[in-house]
Amino acid sequence: MPNAPASATLDAGAVLPGVRWALVRDLKLALRSRAELGVQLLFYVIVVSLFPLATTPERNLLATMGPGVLWVAALLASLLSLPRLFAADYADGTLEQIALSPYPLPALVSGKILAHWLTTGLPVALLAPLLGLQYAVEGEGLVILTLALLLGTPILSLLGAIGAALTLGLRAGGSLLALLVLPLYVPVLIFGAGAVDSVRAGLGATANVSLLGAGLLVAAVGAPFAAAAAVRIALD
Amino acid sequence: MSEFFAMGGYGFYVWGSFGATALVVAVEMLSLRARRRRALEEARLATPDNLTAATQGVL
Amino acid sequence: MTSSNWFRYSSPATFYPVAGRMIPWFGWSAAVLAAIGVWIGLAIAPTDFQQGDAYRIIFIHVASAWMSMFIYIVMAMWSALFLGFNTRLSAMMAQAMAPTGALMTFIALLTGSLWGKPTWGTYWAWDARMTSELILLFLYLGVIALRNAIDDPRRADRACAVLSLVGAINVPIIYFSVKWWNTLHQGSSVSLTAAPKMAMTMLTGMLIMALAAWFYAIAATLFRVRVIMLERERGAAWVGELQEVKSR
Repeated sequence: MPNAPASATLDAGAVLPGVRWALVRDLKLALRSRAELGVQLLFYVIVVSLFPLATTPERNLLATMGPGVLWVAALLASLLSLPRLFAADYADGTLEQIALSPYPLPALVSGKILAHWLTTGLPVALLAPLLGLQYAVEGEGLVILTLALLLGTPILSLLGAIGAALTLGLRAGGSLLALLVLPLYVPVLIFGAGAVDSVRAGLGATANVSLLGAGLLVAAVGAPFAAAAAVRIALD
Repeated sequence: MSEFFAMGGYGFYVWGSFGATALVVAVEMLSLRARRRRALEEARLATPDNLTAATQGVL
Repeated sequence: MTSSNWFRYSSPATFYPVAGRMIPWFGWSAAVLAAIGVWIGLAIAPTDFQQGDAYRIIFIHVASAWMSMFIYIVMAMWSALFLGFNTRLSAMMAQAMAPTGALMTFIALLTGSLWGKPTWGTYWAWDARMTSELILLFLYLGVIALRNAIDDPRRADRACAVLSLVGAINVPIIYFSVKWWNTLHQGSSVSLTAAPKMAMTMLTGMLIMALAAWFYAIAATLFRVRVIMLERERGAAWVGELQEVKSR
C-alpha cells in the first residue's frame, strides 16, 4: 500500500487521510479510463434525447416532462456506473487489501464514493442545463436544476454504494442492484424534480432544495458506514 | 340471496377482492406445505445412516 | 427471567418444537377470526351511503396494508437483533417473514385497486398511500431477491439484514416524499382511498380482520421458519432425531 501509515490504530486522525488516500487513488484509476466516463455521460445524453422521440416535441408538454426526464436519466446513469465503485477492486483482491489497511473502512469508502461522484454525478449535473434547454427549461429553472442535481447526485452515489457493496460478486449483479437501490432513490427523485417543477409553477424551490440538502447531510454521515459494513459482509 | 352476490352491482370488485385474497392465502399455504415436504425429504437423505447408505450405493 | 432463558430459545433446535406447538393455535385463531370478520364485513355491516357495497373491500384492504407495514418493521427488528447478537435464529425469522410480508403488500395493492375502480373510477390513481405501498412491495422483493442471489447462507443473512435496516430507515422518508409529491399534484383535499365514516360494526369488523391477518402472518412465519431450519440445518443431529424426518 503506497503511503499508508504503518500504525494500526483507528483514531479520528486517520479519517481524513483515509478519505484522501482513497479519493486520490480512485480518481487516478478513473482518469486512466476516461473513455468509459465519456461513454456514461453519452448514455445520459442519449436517454434524455429519447423521450421527445417517444412522446412529442411539443414545447409545453416537454416543459412538463423535462425535470422528470432529466432526473430519471440521471438515476439510470448513476445505476450504470455504480459497479465501478467496488467491482474491479473486488475482482482482483485489492478490496480485501483495502479493508485490511489501517485507515477506517468508512473513511476509505467515503473517498471512493467522492471519487465516483466527481467522475459521474458532477459531469451529469454540469451537463444538465444544456439538456434542460432541449426541454424548454429556462432561466431560474436551469439554475435550480443544476443546484438540485449537484445536491442530489452525491446522494445517489452514497445510497448506490450500499447497494453496490451488497451485490458484490453476485451473478444477478446489475439488475439486482437496480431493484435494491431505485426504491431508495425515490425521495431524491421527488424532491429533485420537484424543485425544478416548483420553479416552473412559480412557487419557489426553497423547500425542495432544503430537503435535498438535509438528505445529503444524512446520507453523507450514514451511508459510508452502511456501505463499509456491506463491503465487510461481501469479503468475509 | 342474489342481492348478497350482487353486492349492489359491485359484485365483481367485492368478490374479486375476497376471492383473490382467499386464493393468495391458499397458494401460500400450499406452497409452504410443498416446500416443507421437500425439506423433510432432503433432511431424511442427509441423516448419517442414509449418507453412509448412499455412499455404499444402497439408497 | 434471566437472559439465559431467552438465549436458550435462540437456538433452532429448541425453538423448532416451540414454534410447532404455536402454529395450530395461531392458525386456527386466525381462521375463526377471519370467518367472523368476513361475516361482519359482508353480511352484518350496513351498506355505506356513499360507496354502496363496494366499501366492503376495506375489511381486507386495511388489514393487509397494516400487516404489510407491520411485518416489514418486525423483519427489520429481527435483522437488528441478528446484527447485534449474531443469533442464527433471528436471521431465520427475518428470512421467514419477507414472503408473507410481500404477499400482504400484494393483497393490499390488489384490493386497493379493486376498491378504487368503482369508487373513484380508476384502477390505479397514484395516490400517496398506494404509491408508497407499491414501493414497499419493491423493498420486500429486493430483500427476497438478494436472499436468492447469495449462495452462502451466512453472507445472505448479513446482507439481507443490512438491506432490511436501510430499507426500514428509508420507509418514513419515502412515505413523506410520496405524500409531498401527491399533495402537490392532487390539489384536492380528498384522500383517494378514504374509508367511509365508521359505524361501530364496520370498525369492529376491521379490527377483527386485522387481528386475523396478524395471527395468520404469525402462523405462516412460524411454519416457514421451521421449514427454513430444516433446509439450513439439514445435517445436524437434532434434525435427524425429529419424528417427521425419521418416520418417513
